[in-house]
Amino acid sequence: MPSRKTRLYKSIDWPTVICYLLLLIVGVLNIYSADYNPDVVSKGLNRADSQLIWIGISVSLSFVILAIDHRMYHFFSYFIYGALILLLIATIFLSASVKGSHSWLYIGGIRLFQPAEFAKFATALAVARLMSSFDFELKKTRCLVQVLVIMLLPVFIIILQRETGSALVFFSLFLVLYREGMSGIVMLLGLLFVLLFVLVLRFSPFQMAGELGSWGLFSALMLVVLIGIIVLIINGWRKLIFRYVLSSLAIIFLLVFVLNKWTSLDIKYTNVALAISVLSGLCCLLYGFLRQHRIMVIVALFLWGMSAYCYSVNYIFDNVLEYHQQTRIKVLLGLEDDPTGVGYNINQSKIAIGSGGFVGKGFLEGTQTKLEYVPEQVTDFIFCNIGEEFGFLGSVFVLLLYMYFLFRLVKLAERQESPFNRIYGYSVVSIFLFHILVNVGMVVGLMPVIGIPLPFVSYGGSSLLAFTILLFIFIKLDASRS
Amino acid sequence: MKIDKYKNRKVVVLSIIVVIILTFIIRLFYLQVITDKYKGFADDNAFLERTIYPSRGLIFDRNGELLVYNEPSYDVMMVMREVKGLDTLALCDILHITKEAFEKRIKDIKNKRLNPGYSSYTPQVLISQLSVEEYGELQEKLFKFPGLYIQPRTLRGYTYQNAANVLGYINEVPKRVVEENDYYKAGDYIGISGIEKQYEELLRGEKGHEILLRNARGRIVGKYADGAYDVKAKTGSDLHLTIDMTLQRYGEFLMQNKLGGIVAIEPTTGEILAAVSAPSYTPSMMVGRKRSENYPILNKDPNRPLLDRCLKGRYAPGSTFKTANALIFLQEKIIHPNTQFGCNMGYHAGKFKLGCHSHRSPLDLSESVQHSCNAYYCHAFRGLLDAPKYGHISTAFEVWKNHVVSLGFGYRLGVDMPSEDRGYIPNSKVYDKVYGKNRWKSLMLVSLSIGQGEVTATPIQIANLAATIANKGYWYTPHFLKSAESADTIFSFEKHIVGIEEQYFDPIIKGMEMAVNATDGGTARVARIDSIVVCGKTGTAQNPHGEDHSIFMAFAPKENPRIAIAVLVENAGFGATWAAPIASLMIEKYLKGEIAPERKFLETRIAEKVIMPKKK
Repeated sequence: MPSRKTRLYKSIDWPTVICYLLLLIVGVLNIYSADYNPDVVSKGLNRADSQLIWIGISVSLSFVILAIDHRMYHFFSYFIYGALILLLIATIFLSASVKGSHSWLYIGGIRLFQPAEFAKFATALAVARLMSSFDFELKKTRCLVQVLVIMLLPVFIIILQRETGSALVFFSLFLVLYREGMSGIVMLLGLLFVLLFVLVLRFSPFQMAGELGSWGLFSALMLVVLIGIIVLIINGWRKLIFRYVLSSLAIIFLLVFVLNKWTSLDIKYTNVALAISVLSGLCCLLYGFLRQHRIMVIVALFLWGMSAYCYSVNYIFDNVLEYHQQTRIKVLLGLEDDPTGVGYNINQSKIAIGSGGFVGKGFLEGTQTKLEYVPEQVTDFIFCNIGEEFGFLGSVFVLLLYMYFLFRLVKLAERQESPFNRIYGYSVVSIFLFHILVNVGMVVGLMPVIGIPLPFVSYGGSSLLAFTILLFIFIKLDASRS
Repeated sequence: MKIDKYKNRKVVVLSIIVVIILTFIIRLFYLQVITDKYKGFADDNAFLERTIYPSRGLIFDRNGELLVYNEPSYDVMMVMREVKGLDTLALCDILHITKEAFEKRIKDIKNKRLNPGYSSYTPQVLISQLSVEEYGELQEKLFKFPGLYIQPRTLRGYTYQNAANVLGYINEVPKRVVEENDYYKAGDYIGISGIEKQYEELLRGEKGHEILLRNARGRIVGKYADGAYDVKAKTGSDLHLTIDMTLQRYGEFLMQNKLGGIVAIEPTTGEILAAVSAPSYTPSMMVGRKRSENYPILNKDPNRPLLDRCLKGRYAPGSTFKTANALIFLQEKIIHPNTQFGCNMGYHAGKFKLGCHSHRSPLDLSESVQHSCNAYYCHAFRGLLDAPKYGHISTAFEVWKNHVVSLGFGYRLGVDMPSEDRGYIPNSKVYDKVYGKNRWKSLMLVSLSIGQGEVTATPIQIANLAATIANKGYWYTPHFLKSAESADTIFSFEKHIVGIEEQYFDPIIKGMEMAVNATDGGTARVARIDSIVVCGKTGTAQNPHGEDHSIFMAFAPKENPRIAIAVLVENAGFGATWAAPIASLMIEKYLKGEIAPERKFLETRIAEKVIMPKKK
């Protein structure tokens, strides 16, 4: 049916496909360069060759995906999701340990692929299917629970596979929930959790003069109180705040300061901050109940909850996170300097990028990404090679290419009439965005070391194939929109 | 169709994207354009600073004979990336290692913890220090092993397989030293014992470096700035030792199949002419890879070949110590040279008896030295301890002890060696502790007078006593270094004046002369040399672990002495039996250059004698 083919050809969103192809080229060039060693005439496949093979497979697969009727994706979404979940579970038992992780599926001793990579598009399909169903309403608890189960089930299994990096990707789907109506406060709270975590950890080694508590905890607690105040101001309690609250805070701190200075008392400022937070929370709660002000009760709960969280950050860090995760975070926060140990990757990565300068050293002329200074340089740290050989200009080009690509996908998602298509589209955006955020963030030293690939650029068959499927299902859905 | 109420939230999503990308761009701008911090690091990576190793200083003996030199050696280097289809079995066969050892080595090389500088593009040491034969064999077949290279280095070579205890050896620098000392990098060589350790800083010279440029492939493309920033290596300083290698080798020849030590000192300078420790090992046993095989064997050997008995063997000095005591008695005016004491086959005091051998009685001081009379020294020593002028026995004992110390006992002499034993001289507190304050009497200490009991000394301390007597009142710190060929170092060794007047030495010297030369019976007649007047004193050190040790201490010639010597042969019985003839042969060898024909039988008899502890 030539007519259908032409229709498909015309209805495909070419800018997206071109971005995809460009990123593939960027990837294969940099893999070739990072792996390049003219002194060795190798008879076997080098990694650029095998990446080219995977590109061939991926592109062929994209044709298959485009050829399948778009309704199939909607129809089979739960089935695909279920199958992937079973595969994920099976992988735990069928896989051998690669650097402590059990994420590769082995059958008969042959390494096949990482099911976790494919769980991403499967989960996206399932989330889209559920959220687009007729009676789905995010505000209903039952619906919220359902969608959270779909999102977090793979996270749980992948953590069991000890692939924490891949597991975190699924949290990016909260962005989809936000787009579909989840309160923005959830996002802000998430951000606040991260911020408080960093504050407490980063500044807890810094003691206030006279050993009166750590700056980390103090600043975190005061930030919580400040947010409470701002919330109250926004909700029309300006008078109360400016007349009484701020002045009483000033008086309290002055009093504590004077007592510490001129008496033998040593009142810890962290305890003062905690007392302020808890007591003002109590005031808000009582006032809120007596005068029927809901916002007051919320502020009270916020103050208490966040204060408790601040106090438990160190405990969480020491007891929930594993040792290598702790050190990665410490290195990122500059609490540990270990250029040959854990900090090695990140330091070498920064050196490689920094040495690229404005225009870079030129293709194949990089020195840092050769000689194995940067480990994992073709997989997770491929962006180093871009930074070193193509400089600031090249890196910005790639970043802008990604930005354009994501913008395009948002645009595509927004033009869908079917909620299924739209939600799936936003899932694609969220997953890609998360990968870029974490991968590039890690390479430039703004994120802790979390080993997840840069979409379409990093070396690796599983991830390339999975990203291709993820993207092309959406391109197909878009091409077939009514 | 549901109504999409949240369409405007796309703006938030887009803003998040923009914020993230923008943050990254700013960060990249900082890393790549603003800061130079990381470019400097990159230089470190792309420039290769290669160390130029100076050749280690050579070591000569006192006559300018070359003892230690540098010898080429070969390390097998491996560039992992270039290794293709390695025939492990054939390689292991050539290198004489097991397949397991080879695989473990490869694993260790790749281990980032053990080998932080690992890169599969750069040469890594696979096996160090090939023997010449292995090198030859590998060189022939090297084409079969792509990725393998041979890196020349230098090792120590020895002209003579002697004086191992003096020369010491070098080996790869221990990890602890690398951490403490910036000069050394893992894999460097450092003196581990002997002269090599003592004069490490002179011998090693100063490392230099050249700065090379590497291209993107890690290949060296040339010198940076035509070598403008290169630093030349400073060759190690050559050392001339005080050792007379001919004498040293002769001593080792005489001491073969025996345990013990010989120390010969030039009295007027303190220069050590020979320091023989037996049994010993050959210096080349400690070179290169052989060391790791030999060291454990030597270390476990019950005869302790690694122990330098000259400097670290503790022995009771026995009767040689009587000369020291005699000097002290004279100086403290307890006796005068004509004082006589009787001896009835020993010293008797109540139930106490300390035996002596048969000789005429009574004897004066010189005769007591000649006959090594025990009773004489018991009488005189008690006379000193109980002398009323000191008021208390512990005061008297301290006076005695201080004299002994000034004669070089009880403390390290300060020999230029990494380690030396101090021997042992008790002080009065020791006896306070053992017997209780005011509870000890002179009789209890009487064995100190004949060099037994608590007192111990090293052979070099005994030789030093001989030198002090030869000098009539002073000694120079015994030492091994004669000169170093670096202009800015002058080595001087301290002169120690002992607190005993010169006149008091004459009767002792006379006694020592008679011990060797007197016709009416001396203890050391066997040491007599017709053409040289040898002065000597025998000693027999009681040994709680077995047969007595045979000791002899001597100097010669009597006028203007040129050599002072101490010989100790473990488990060899009377001093006269073995130690005295050895000392006499050494003296003759040194002063005459050869052994008189009529004394050749003595040489043969000694060299052939085996005095080794019975194997259990």
